Order: sequence, then C-alpha cells, then structure tokens
Amino acid sequence: MLEVQDVHTHYGHIEALKGVTLEVRRGEIVTIIGANGAGKTTLLMTICGDPRASAGRIRLDGEDITHLPTWEIVRRGVAHAPEGRRIFPRMTVLENLKMGATVNGEQWFEEDVEQVFALFPRLKERLHQRGGTLSGGEQQMLAIGRALMARPRLLLLDEPSLGLAPNLVQQIFRAIVEINRSRGLTILLVEQNAFQALRIAHRGYVLATGEVVLQGTGRELLANPEVRAAYLEGGH
Amino acid sequence: MSTVATVGPRATAGGFDLARALKEAGLAAFVAFVLFVPLAGFKLVGQEGQLALEYRPHWVLIGTAAVFVGHLAINFIRAMRGPSQRARGEAGAMARFFTVHARWFGLAAALLAFLLPFTPLGNRYVVDVATTVLIYVMLGWGLNIVVGLAGLLDLGYVAFYAVGAYSYALFAQWFGLGFWEALPIAGVLAAIAGILLGFPVLRLRGDYLAIVTLGFGEIIRVVLLNWYDVTNGPDGISGIPRPTFFGLEFKRYSPDGMTFSQFFGIEYSSLHRVIFLYYLILILALITNWFVLRIRRLPIGRAWEALREDEIACKALGINPTNTKLTAFALGAMFGGFAGSFFATRQGFISPESFTFIESATILAIVVLGGMGSQIGVALAALVIVVLPELGREFEQFRMLLFGAAMVGIMVWRPRGLLAFREPTVRLHGRGQGEEAPR
Repeated sequence: MLEVQDVHTHYGHIEALKGVTLEVRRGEIVTIIGANGAGKTTLLMTICGDPRASAGRIRLDGEDITHLPTWEIVRRGVAHAPEGRRIFPRMTVLENLKMGATVNGEQWFEEDVEQVFALFPRLKERLHQRGGTLSGGEQQMLAIGRALMARPRLLLLDEPSLGLAPNLVQQIFRAIVEINRSRGLTILLVEQNAFQALRIAHRGYVLATGEVVLQGTGRELLANPEVRAAYLEGGH
Repeated sequence: MSTVATVGPRATAGGFDLARALKEAGLAAFVAFVLFVPLAGFKLVGQEGQLALEYRPHWVLIGTAAVFVGHLAINFIRAMRGPSQRARGEAGAMARFFTVHARWFGLAAALLAFLLPFTPLGNRYVVDVATTVLIYVMLGWGLNIVVGLAGLLDLGYVAFYAVGAYSYALFAQWFGLGFWEALPIAGVLAAIAGILLGFPVLRLRGDYLAIVTLGFGEIIRVVLLNWYDVTNGPDGISGIPRPTFFGLEFKRYSPDGMTFSQFFGIEYSSLHRVIFLYYLILILALITNWFVLRIRRLPIGRAWEALREDEIACKALGINPTNTKLTAFALGAMFGGFAGSFFATRQGFISPESFTFIESATILAIVVLGGMGSQIGVALAALVIVVLPELGREFEQFRMLLFGAAMVGIMVWRPRGLLAFREPTVRLHGRGQGEEAPR
C-alpha cells in the first residue's frame, strides 16, 4: 500500500533521513521505533509531503505522491494524527471531528461520528466541550477520532502514547488494534514506547540517526537482544 | 496612559499588601510624571506676536497625583473583590448569556436600528452619528473575518476601504456609473486587492504578518496621494454622485426626471437623504452580518477558525491553507470595499486623508475590544468607540482623555474583549450535553 524508497530529507544542511526504505502492506500495523531525534516524526511528515523528500520516492497504492502538496496527499486517503495531538483548542469536540471530515465533504458525518463515539465513549460525554479543556488522554482520543473521520486508507499515528498515564496508554493501544481488526485499516505507528508498539504491530522498523537499522515482525524485534538492550530494558 | 502596563496582573488574590501597592502606585506615578512633564507641563502661548512657553507645574502635579491615587484605588478594589478568577467567571457568564441569546439581542438591536429615525431621538445629528457607527460596525464585521475568524492580524484594513471608496469615485467620475452599478465593482476590486496582499504574506505569521499588512495599507495611501493624474492626489475627488432610491434622486429638483419627494408627493427635506443613507448602511451591515454568520457554519468558515487555532493540524486534515487564507483576505476585503463605496457616496468627497493608519487601528480596536470573532461584541465595540468621543464633546479638550480612560477600563476589566464567548457552530442531539463554563 505504502512504499517508501530510499528517501532522504533535509532541514537546511542537516540530513534528517539518510535513505529510508520501508513498506506498509494493506491491513497491517507497522511501527517505527527509535530514540529521540532518530527521524521518526520526520519520516511521517515526509510521507505527508511537509517537508518534501529531497531524494527518493514515496508511492501510495502505486501512485507517486512524493511531490504532491500535503492536502492532496491527505485527500488521497492518508490521515495523520500529528505529534502532540494538535487538536483545535477553542473548538468543541464535535467541531474538531467535523474538521476531520472536511476532506470527504462531510457526507458521512453523522454515521462516522457514531463510530468514533463507539470507539471512544469518553468523547461522547465531552461532545460540546472545548478541545483545550480535555485531558491529555481525551485529546489523544480526539486526535485519532478526528483522523478517522476522513475515512482514510492509511492512518499515520505519531506517538499517541506521548505523556499519557500507563492505563491510558493501554486504552489507546487497544483502540488502535480495534481499528485495525474491525475495519482492516492500515496503520503506520511511530512510537517511543517500543514495548507496547511492538506488541501490537505486525511488523516494525528500528530507526537510528535517520536510517533503518533493523526490521522484522513485531515478535522478532521484541525478542531481538539489540532491541531489548537499546529500547526495552530499563522500563517501559 | 502607559500606566496600564503596571496596573496589570499583579493584584494580589488574598489580602491587601499596602507596602507593595504603594510601591507600584509610586512607580506608575513616576512613569506618569515623566510623560506629563512634556505633555502637560508646557504650553505654547502667543505673547505680543511672539511665541512663549508657559510653565504649568500644577497640571503635572494634578496628573501625577491622579495616577498615584487611581492606581492605589484599583489595587485596593481588586483586593477587596477577592480572587480575580471569580470576577472573570462572572464576566464570562454574562458574555455567555449574551452570546447564547445573540439571536434575540441581535433582532432587538436590528429592530431598534430600523425604528431609530422615527423615534423622537431620531434627529439629524443622531441619525448621522448612527450612520457612522454602522460604517464601523460593517468594517468591524468585515475585518472580523480576517482577524477574528482566520486569525490573520491585519493592520492595513483601511487599504480595502480606500480601494472601495476610490473605485466608486473614479468609476463615477470617468464612466458616469451610479452607486448601485459601482458597488459590486468596488467589492470585486477590493477583493482582488485582498488577494494581492494575501499572496506575499501567505507564509508570514504574527508580528511579521502585521508589519507587512501595515506596509500595504500605507502603500495604498501613498499611491493615492501621489498618482495625481488619476486620483487627484491630496486634493481628493469631489462631486461624487449620491445614491438614488430606485433611480429617484434626493434633490429638490432634478433635470433628469422625478425626485424622491416629487414621486411620493411629500415636501422636500434634506433629512430624507440622511435617513436613506442610514438605511442603506444598515442593510449593507446586516447583509455582512448574515453572510459572516452563515459562512461560519460552512466548511470554509470552520477551516478559517481551525487555521487560527493550528495551521499544522489543518494541513494534516487535508485543508489547503493557501486557498483558505486567500478567501479570508478576499472576503474580508470585499466588505471593506462595500463600506468604502458607501463612505464615498455619503461624504461626496474623498481624499487620502480619510484612509490613514489611525482608521485601521480604530477598526482593529473595535474587533479586539468586541472580543475576537464575536459579531455582537463587534457591534457593541463600534458603538462605544464612535459614540464615546461624541458624548465627550462637552468636555472639549478632555474628551480624548475620557476616551483613553474608557479604553483602559475595558482592557482592565474585560481583557478578552466585551464578549469573548465563542458559540459552537455544530450541534448534535440538541443542546445540553457535556457543556462547560466559558473561559
């Protein structure tokens, strides 16, 4: 579904991605793990076209999307729940969700809202509350829900566990698995919480200083001694 | 009145700290003293055909003492009223009440406005002032699209007002177009000017955006001032035709057909035109309001608000920020252009003098004082800003002082604007679920 081939990305003179190649197949959860500054977020942003890849190719279902503007890429069915949630703080939960449906002209709005509420019942209780007054976990639910409103083919999640209490992390990850299982939605998940991410992922890539250093199934990576030493030991 | 800065957030929540209050008041008084020495301490007087300086130390002392006592009093009142948090909550509840019932307040206000010329209050002066208020209400609503909804700080809004005014004046002068034919043209030209401004500033934000828009406003004014062959430069354009009522002119006699008074068989009065202009701007303003209220509920309106909140999130949701910003600039400018045309036809004479930065600042002040994004708030603020100086006329030279004090007062007690409660644009399953108090 998504092919990333030898992608390089620069911020000015700094090369943040040094030739990343990866693939996401239909129906999979693929996770990208790595330390701070490894280029995980840059990779997701590059897939979305902002910043542009300075070299390499990105294909979505065979179509070259490397040089499309962000909003065109999103219109082709790539939804992005960005790092730090980035919900609209002064708008209500419902309005935030409506913003997510803008891409498809809001034609399935009522129906999709119900689905989001089925997934995150907490959001239903907060329907007319302003986004900025939600707790961190609720904001993350809203960010995921908002991305789902676009009815994407591919969902990009950037560190959904960031700054959340362990039980909320569990809840979010359960929801991610649920979205993947019940709807067959393909998910590319960027995480620092390697343990949780690898447990739910079909496959994973380990990114270090802008390069893929390891790849394999979730289980393989969990068992890999290098991965254990670098990302798993010492708490999760 | 630079003492505002020190009045700010330091009021204590609990008891009254006299030593600190005295210190702060002393500081404010010192700042005031430094300002008052040159501003009020000297006066130029003519003595035997020559200019001489008159020293007025008492004025400096009175002013400084007033600031000292006033500052102390404000701090004292705040301490007595308890935590400022609660005060803000009450204000919020009131603002919320206003906004939630905005429809009724709006209808009542519109009804009052429609009846105004026929009430005992409706003399020529009042209708004239009300017309000015409505021009600013319309400009405020137009700018509200750009600043309040899309969050793009525009310090050069007067440019579009000028484009609208000059469009009508020039089309009337060169091609003999009447107000009604020129109005859409003026709107379109202003919208184009809005897009022209929009392109270079697409990537700018905050302070940088404000500076460029400020420059744009000045560029338009300087062009109008110096392009003598077309705009008649500083002399301005006079003899701009007045609007007609479906072709009927507001004159005693007209060489080309019936006049308004002849058609309706009433005695000619110069008041007819004043009242007609008043209704004209009232209707234009109401159309603006209706348009903004509608568009807030459409995807484009929501996209503006989302863009104000978080541009990166907008991109991630497939919104094209370029188009969204440009439509905000274009539509905001269009209403500025309409208001400009009206201004030209009302005054009958325009010159670059009418389109200085102070106008932009006034319109922006109306939007900010009203509470960014609030339609009723903008109308209230326009009323305050236009009518306050009028009420103060009896106080002559103290008029602007009163005006300034009122502005400071609003900013102290209503730091987020008169009505800063934002009404949600989408509802599901009726009202009442999970609502929360406004901030």
